[in-house]
Amino acid sequence: MKFTLSWLKDHLETKATLVEIVDKLTTIGLEVEKVEDPGEKFAAFVIAEVKSAEKHPNADKLSVCIVNDGKEDIQVVCGAPNAKTGMKGVFAPSGTHVPGTGLDLKPTEIRGVKSNGMLCSERELELSDEHDGIIELPGDAPVGKSYAEYAGLNDPVIEIAITPNRQDCLGVAGIARDLAAAGLGKVITPEPKPVKGGFKSPQALTLKFDKGDAGACPVFVGRYFRGLKNGESPTWLQQRLRAIGLRPISALVDITNYVSYDRARPLHVYDAKKVSGAIHARLGKKGESFLALDEKTYDLEGGECVIADDKNVLGFGGVMGGEASGCTPETTDVFLEVALFDPILTAMTGRKHNIDSDARYRFERGVDANFVIPGAELATALILELCGGEASDLVIAGAVPKWDREVSFRAERVKTLGGLDLLAKKSFEILESLGFEVGAEKSGSIQVKIPSWRVDAEGEADLVEEICRIYGYDNIPLAYLETSDVVPKPTLSGAQRRQSAARRALAAHGYAECVTYSFLQSRVAKMFGGGARNVTLENPISSELDCMRPSILPGLIQAGARNRARGAKSIALFEVGAEYHGDQPGDQSSVAAGILMGAKTPRHWKKPSENPGIIDAKAAAFKVLEAAGFSPHTFQIEEGGPDWYHPFRTGTLKLGPKNTVGYFGEVHPAIAKKLGAKGPVAAFEIYLGALPKPKTGKAKTKSKLDITDLPSVQRDFAFVVSNDTLAGDLTRAVMGADKKHITEVTIFDVFEGKDLAQGTKSVAISVHLEPNEKTFTDAEIETISAAIIQAVENKVGGKLRT
Amino acid sequence: MQDLTKLKAEILGEIEAAGSLEALESVRITALGKKGRVTGLLKELGALSNEDKKTFGAALNQLKTEINSGLNGKREALETKALNAQLGSEKFDVTLSPEPAARGTIHPVTQVLEECMEIFAAMGFAVAEGPHIEDDFHNFTALNIPAEHPARQMQDTFYLKPDEAGERKVLRTHTSPVQIRTMMSEKPPIRIIAPGRTFRSDSDATHTPMFHQIEALVIDENTHMGHLKGTIEAFLKAFFEVDEVKMRFRPSYFPFTEPSAEVDVGCHFSKDGVKIGTGDDWLEIMGSGMVHPKVLEYCNLDPSKYQGFAFGCGIDRLAMLKYGMPDLRAYFDSDLRWLRHYGFAALDIPNLAGGLSR
Repeated sequence: MKFTLSWLKDHLETKATLVEIVDKLTTIGLEVEKVEDPGEKFAAFVIAEVKSAEKHPNADKLSVCIVNDGKEDIQVVCGAPNAKTGMKGVFAPSGTHVPGTGLDLKPTEIRGVKSNGMLCSERELELSDEHDGIIELPGDAPVGKSYAEYAGLNDPVIEIAITPNRQDCLGVAGIARDLAAAGLGKVITPEPKPVKGGFKSPQALTLKFDKGDAGACPVFVGRYFRGLKNGESPTWLQQRLRAIGLRPISALVDITNYVSYDRARPLHVYDAKKVSGAIHARLGKKGESFLALDEKTYDLEGGECVIADDKNVLGFGGVMGGEASGCTPETTDVFLEVALFDPILTAMTGRKHNIDSDARYRFERGVDANFVIPGAELATALILELCGGEASDLVIAGAVPKWDREVSFRAERVKTLGGLDLLAKKSFEILESLGFEVGAEKSGSIQVKIPSWRVDAEGEADLVEEICRIYGYDNIPLAYLETSDVVPKPTLSGAQRRQSAARRALAAHGYAECVTYSFLQSRVAKMFGGGARNVTLENPISSELDCMRPSILPGLIQAGARNRARGAKSIALFEVGAEYHGDQPGDQSSVAAGILMGAKTPRHWKKPSENPGIIDAKAAAFKVLEAAGFSPHTFQIEEGGPDWYHPFRTGTLKLGPKNTVGYFGEVHPAIAKKLGAKGPVAAFEIYLGALPKPKTGKAKTKSKLDITDLPSVQRDFAFVVSNDTLAGDLTRAVMGADKKHITEVTIFDVFEGKDLAQGTKSVAISVHLEPNEKTFTDAEIETISAAIIQAVENKVGGKLRT
Repeated sequence: MQDLTKLKAEILGEIEAAGSLEALESVRITALGKKGRVTGLLKELGALSNEDKKTFGAALNQLKTEINSGLNGKREALETKALNAQLGSEKFDVTLSPEPAARGTIHPVTQVLEECMEIFAAMGFAVAEGPHIEDDFHNFTALNIPAEHPARQMQDTFYLKPDEAGERKVLRTHTSPVQIRTMMSEKPPIRIIAPGRTFRSDSDATHTPMFHQIEALVIDENTHMGHLKGTIEAFLKAFFEVDEVKMRFRPSYFPFTEPSAEVDVGCHFSKDGVKIGTGDDWLEIMGSGMVHPKVLEYCNLDPSKYQGFAFGCGIDRLAMLKYGMPDLRAYFDSDLRWLRHYGFAALDIPNLAGGLSR
């Protein structure tokens, strides 16, 4: 919403400065976005007299003018055909920035004649598109005076952001009311005076709605004008419209725009001679269409509120009128529309047909019902003043809906809700200054009548806001929440702590945390088991981001590929976030996932570079599990995983036969390639939500540690096993050989070939034996060794290598 | 005796001349070994008279001690020399780089989120979460945003494809549905923060289709606008780690709060970036207000008994203001150079005792 300072002063008598007004507007919730003082832009432009204009000696179309700017005579070469001796114009001296051309004037020489400064056209001042000649001012224009001041162009333009609830401030009068209530002056908005009609309207007007639809347009007030002249509107009106960014069109159109911005009251004017039969409001039907004022043809879907005559649709009610019945300079007879349109229907029509108009903007926010007839009178007076002619009696179809909203209000709520300790009297004063009527007290509360222009005020809380807003939010004293605990209690849930711990653990393990989009391309989602319809977006921002991710991995792999393309050598990325398996709240799960790409570690003088592989992914997965409070050995590891992993280099982590906790391995090379990755990608996913919930309230004491000073013993064995024997099965067999003494089994060598039989491999293990009560004897160690060898033979068919 | 003096000079000379530990050992053997010269003289002692045995024996022992001492001295010298030679051969290029350990980092959004959690925990706020795919009721209706309300146009909502019944789910446009879920499942007093991902169809340097919000909700019987202001001030001071923070509460409009306010913080823009807390410029930082009675009703809370406040802001924006990342889009691009530059170390866990940030 834009308006000028002088426009505001039509409604507000105030001594406040521009700065005070601007500050106050923001304080009361009418946020000032921009203040523009065109006076500054035009500061250098002065009124000057052309003392002589003679033909340029070397150019037919140029003239050499001697211009007096009130101080001195200046020679200017001018290309305008209308430059002539004795005329008065607008002069810009050398050094001036000309807004219409964007150039700074410099002393110059044109075809051998010196030229300093410029006589300006309207376009050069950005006043209009007029550029056929320079501005000609009346003979009495004072030479040497600022042109902006003379022409009233130094009127500051204020632009404010209006929140959707404040329809009343989409008119300058409403803004003035708020400012006056906030102590910045007095409202002087003139009351529209009824104009007595001179004849009965020859134009019939009806509402044609079924009972249930009558709310679409409850009232339509019209008035016929004849014998008028639709010329240009006067300068003051054109200037105001231009200042707020509207293009003056003709007096009638300018009047409708003016009233819309002055009083938040949209109007429409039909060329009465272009209307066939009765004008009526009704619901549109599918198949109808009309050419609107924006020169576009709209095909109705049916159900829009339209204004029509007996033959055609004339326009969308409250949104936009039609071209066919529009006013032109030839128009002499018009029919004025001042109606009310349903906010929801207006919004729907506008959205459906993608029309943003000043009228829609106001009607969809709820126009003041009680200002229909005053609005018609105000428009009448302006039309008669600017266009002449004669007005008919008012024609009223339907009836103004009764407005009688009241709210119960307890003055103490200003303190108990608003935090502002005000006397009730002060609160009531504020309400009344805004047009609320404060009634008598009834059982502890006051009945407050809501003014018809405040459709947003519905309850007590709204009134508290009005009072606090006008008194100033800044005057509400700070208060602090009470805390019952001297030392704050932990507030994170176990799941939240796990997420945080997983992040920190992976970062400590060398992975960089990413946040990638929750949506990706359907094509990619399908590779990772997703892409269902119920997780596909209807209106994605791009086709690359049209589906909720079924896994974090594709986003990370693509990020990894981007990093490689930028030259990164070793890439370790992770993300802890959501993946989506459906559209229900329970279908969203929390996952920690990561990838390794490029070199596992950068090339280094001491250590050759290695490709990342499954064992690196496994290490990272274990980090996550440990951070979440689990020993990795708690989990079963099965071979294989989902389709996006390498079929023979992937492990599935399980807790019980049905509960999959995660995967680690290498991404299937075909999928990695499709996502733009070069070389192997190691990856892991841990479903944090699948882990058992942390126990709450358990004792903090740790189990007792039993250790002795007796020396422990380490024994190494090498077994030959078939090469599909799992290392995990072998170590489990060894661990089980003597649970009392064997505390750790480590594999330190695995190899195939050499002198081994085909299909077998050698696995070398180191077994750590911890004595219980006394030092091991050789015989005891021999017994345990024998048990180990026996267990390996029984459980995995391995033989001690000899 | 003459012999002994000569012998001593000879042997000590040999010791002195030994160039290596091996040479020294052979000197020792020729002197003190089983067949050594001094050992030979000692063997001859038995044949001497008691008197001679005494004097000659004492002299021999003296000689032996001196030889041993000479041997030891020489051995030490040779060992030191050998060690020095070895050390010299072990010279290492001190400028060579150690084996690289990949440097992991924490994303600024996580860091800032954890900073916020830490501050709000101190004020007794628990952390609540909710689904990203929401229904109309939780995202709009219960927040007093009816279907055709102009406020729905304030947000560019992402919709999912409608199901068989024609119902369209939305990607939550704000974290406020978590308020609704919390109020519907818990009884007041309620004090929560709800951080997380939110989605709007928008993309430029300051808008991304996915972003993060955090909001706070307090519901009890007597929390008012003053508490709202006090809590926001406490949060801003703690978050920006400043002693003073200039604030401006501007009346505004949100369908789910009444009264509503937008919060601006005082700041100062310079070539080094923006300094929050003091200065003559204002920066809009969050939306806030008293929970609308209709919202309480939707959540089956009696608005004549319960009231409270809610406020929310962008985590990405907070991160931007505190740590200076210029472009929001880069947050989600996962460029390692960016992650390493703007990211945080694994052990930089925000806590109030040590200060939120280093």
